[in-house]
Amino acid sequence: MKNPVAQSIADFLKRYPPFISLQYDELLAVAEQSKVIYLEKNQVLFKGGEAIHSDFYVVKDGVVGLSVTSDAEETLIDKCDEGDILGLRPYFAKNDYLMTARSREEAIVYGISFAAFQPYFTENVNVLAFLLESFASQTRNPYDKERQGKLVTENMIFSEQVADIQYFQPIKYTRNPITANPDDILKFIAKSMSNSAVGSVIIQENQLPIGIITDRDLRSKISTGLFPIEIDARTVMTSPVITVPENISVAEAQMIMLKHNVGHLCVTRDGSDKSPVSGIISEHDVVAAQSNTPGVLLKQTRRATNAKELKYVREKLTDLIQNSIDTNIPISHISNIVSEINIALTRRSIELSVEKMGTPPPVRFVWMNIGSQGRKEQLLLTDQDSALIFEDVAPEIYDDVKRYFLELAEMVTEYLEKVGYEHSPSGLLASNTQWCKSLSDWVKQYNTWINTPAEKGVELSTIFFDFDFIYGAPALENVLTENIHEKINHNKKFFAFLAADTLRNPAPLGFFRQFLVENDGEHKDSFDIKSRALEPLIDAARLLALTHNLTEITNTYHRYKKLAELEPNNAELYDECAEAFNVLMRFRTEEGLLNNSNGRYLNLNELSKSDKVKLKNCFQPINDIQDMIKNRFSLTYIN
Amino acid sequence: MAFDWLTGNNLPQFWKNYISLFDSDNSNHHKRYVIFYMEKTGLDPKEDVILSIGAIGVTANAIEVGDFFEIFLIQEQFDTQSPALDKYVKETGTEKVVEAEAMIQFLNFAKDAILVGHNINLDIEMINQALKRLDLGRLKNPIMDTNALYLRWKELADTTQATLDELSDALKIKKSDRHTASGNAYVTALIFLKLKTKLGI
Repeated sequence: MKNPVAQSIADFLKRYPPFISLQYDELLAVAEQSKVIYLEKNQVLFKGGEAIHSDFYVVKDGVVGLSVTSDAEETLIDKCDEGDILGLRPYFAKNDYLMTARSREEAIVYGISFAAFQPYFTENVNVLAFLLESFASQTRNPYDKERQGKLVTENMIFSEQVADIQYFQPIKYTRNPITANPDDILKFIAKSMSNSAVGSVIIQENQLPIGIITDRDLRSKISTGLFPIEIDARTVMTSPVITVPENISVAEAQMIMLKHNVGHLCVTRDGSDKSPVSGIISEHDVVAAQSNTPGVLLKQTRRATNAKELKYVREKLTDLIQNSIDTNIPISHISNIVSEINIALTRRSIELSVEKMGTPPPVRFVWMNIGSQGRKEQLLLTDQDSALIFEDVAPEIYDDVKRYFLELAEMVTEYLEKVGYEHSPSGLLASNTQWCKSLSDWVKQYNTWINTPAEKGVELSTIFFDFDFIYGAPALENVLTENIHEKINHNKKFFAFLAADTLRNPAPLGFFRQFLVENDGEHKDSFDIKSRALEPLIDAARLLALTHNLTEITNTYHRYKKLAELEPNNAELYDECAEAFNVLMRFRTEEGLLNNSNGRYLNLNELSKSDKVKLKNCFQPINDIQDMIKNRFSLTYIN
Repeated sequence: MAFDWLTGNNLPQFWKNYISLFDSDNSNHHKRYVIFYMEKTGLDPKEDVILSIGAIGVTANAIEVGDFFEIFLIQEQFDTQSPALDKYVKETGTEKVVEAEAMIQFLNFAKDAILVGHNINLDIEMINQALKRLDLGRLKNPIMDTNALYLRWKELADTTQATLDELSDALKIKKSDRHTASGNAYVTALIFLKLKTKLGI
């Protein structure tokens, strides 16, 4: 008998992974054994601690919330809507439900019988891949672009879930590893290891692994002088190599490493050393599979081969920031870590672009991050600002050289755009012909800014004094910074204009100590934390740091800390400013993560009373520092 | 039962099976509801006949998609069947059966479940008329009416009559795209599930 109800369910399911990967008749068979369940608002579908049902669930209509209960308090972890899957995890983890599923509004869910779906879990490669990926990425649907990078779980369950799934999650390892012959000279093997940034090379004979050379071998056998560096691999390699089959789980890999006291495992087709090599698992891979630590992200960045992999790192980084904010890690620590990874991302983009260009750069060059990236304060995905300096060349080849670097910069900014950094709205990019020029042109540029700071010019240039050299030749950097040092030293005119610029930002509080909110436009009635609170602090820090000739410190927090050291009589104010800056950064970052925006506008209605007080407390140091600047640079007459 | 042959009460096997379901004490096993919808030639139980029946089972607050029944009947007296339905029957390659066969299959499917329908009394009466034409007794199943449940939930007067479409609008249930017996049975089942939860049945 035809079953139109089952057909309509199959028609619905086929739009969503993992059902996408099933044949229609398979789907129909699954649908025929399914259930349709209606949930009243706030009705419980399953409860944490309850034994697993015979079905898992797919939301048809409405919204089902997943929550955990701890200390009698229910915390909402995630919301599932149309096409989302619930209740699958316990089936694999072989335990009870961890979370409670409760409808947030009227909902209709399909119950899909495990018994009916079982064959596809094990036999359909795509289904299995989808499930593993979703467990691994901690989101319900790894293909769901909108939601990617959004955490399903908080820390508490984060670790618990990872521990659970570890046992059936295959480890990700390096496929097609670097191999060498037993007669190869060790020196060359070591060279290719360091070129490819790997810690081991498998030695194979007739396609079969017979040994392995790792960093450890180089350390203990070569560096100690036990063997000469020209020796053949056969003598030095560790043999036999420990081999494992493909699709080994994280836990198994870890066990085997511990058991044999090795840091690398060789993956072969059938798991014995009598079959061809297909990959290598390092300790790093085991660590990487278990957590998103900054170190792992850095490693992943350095080894990324395309924009997609870099984007993945940035998404993981967002998770890391969210986690760190949740666990109240000081914002300056978070900034440090994040900026390291941001820098690594830009560096890798440059390296990949240079490779793509096909020819090495004609002369030495420096890539400069400016603005928030230059200050190492970029936590959210805001825009990229950059500049490129290349070595002086003969005038006849200048145009060619410049063309090369413009093209290179274009590629780099494109990479970064794919990762998620939007282009600077004011076009402050190395790919802009104005900001990609030779060293002497840059020196001239800075001199113009410093010596004839026309109002307009200064406004554009201030962020150029927050620069961070992140790639290239230190020699060029030094020439530029020394020139800046020399020119700004006691340059009253320059500092006066900079100070005037600093004081131009609108005040955060009105006469009655009320928040001054935006009067019109898209963000009417919300508080512009960037221009009213953060920028005054950033500008003041820049101005004061430059008067002390501190060009190497660009981070606002560190600038204030250094200033406190240099001017003990004002130390208190500077420390307050540093603290205020951190608090404001946290506000902005939380806002940005919450609304997936750049966090610039705070909706005051959403802030709690204590948060508002906290926010207002940050404004006193702003007033004080602005007063101090007014007095110090005798600006009263300008305003 | 042993005297059936004596009394001349030569009932067909399916009917005996059906009747026997109500003898045993089944109160402890899971209650099964069968929600059904019938396409008819009209509203007169004596004159009009059944065109098709769609039915679906509900057990423990969930529609069991596999617990499904649909049948189309051959029409002798009337030829008022909609062309759309004819087309549907042709497309899906479903065969039509005579009324007697339809009744046998329907009772075999429904068993002793609680029958649920929208304005169910007319449908029950039509089935009883069809059973009467086979010289059999009346339906024994307990019945529930979604219209009556709706009125009870809304605390409206008994006399109000709402159509299936009105009810699905009121309960924000998407109407079926195909107006077939099975599509309407499914919509009725969703209505029933909602009302059942709201009324705590």
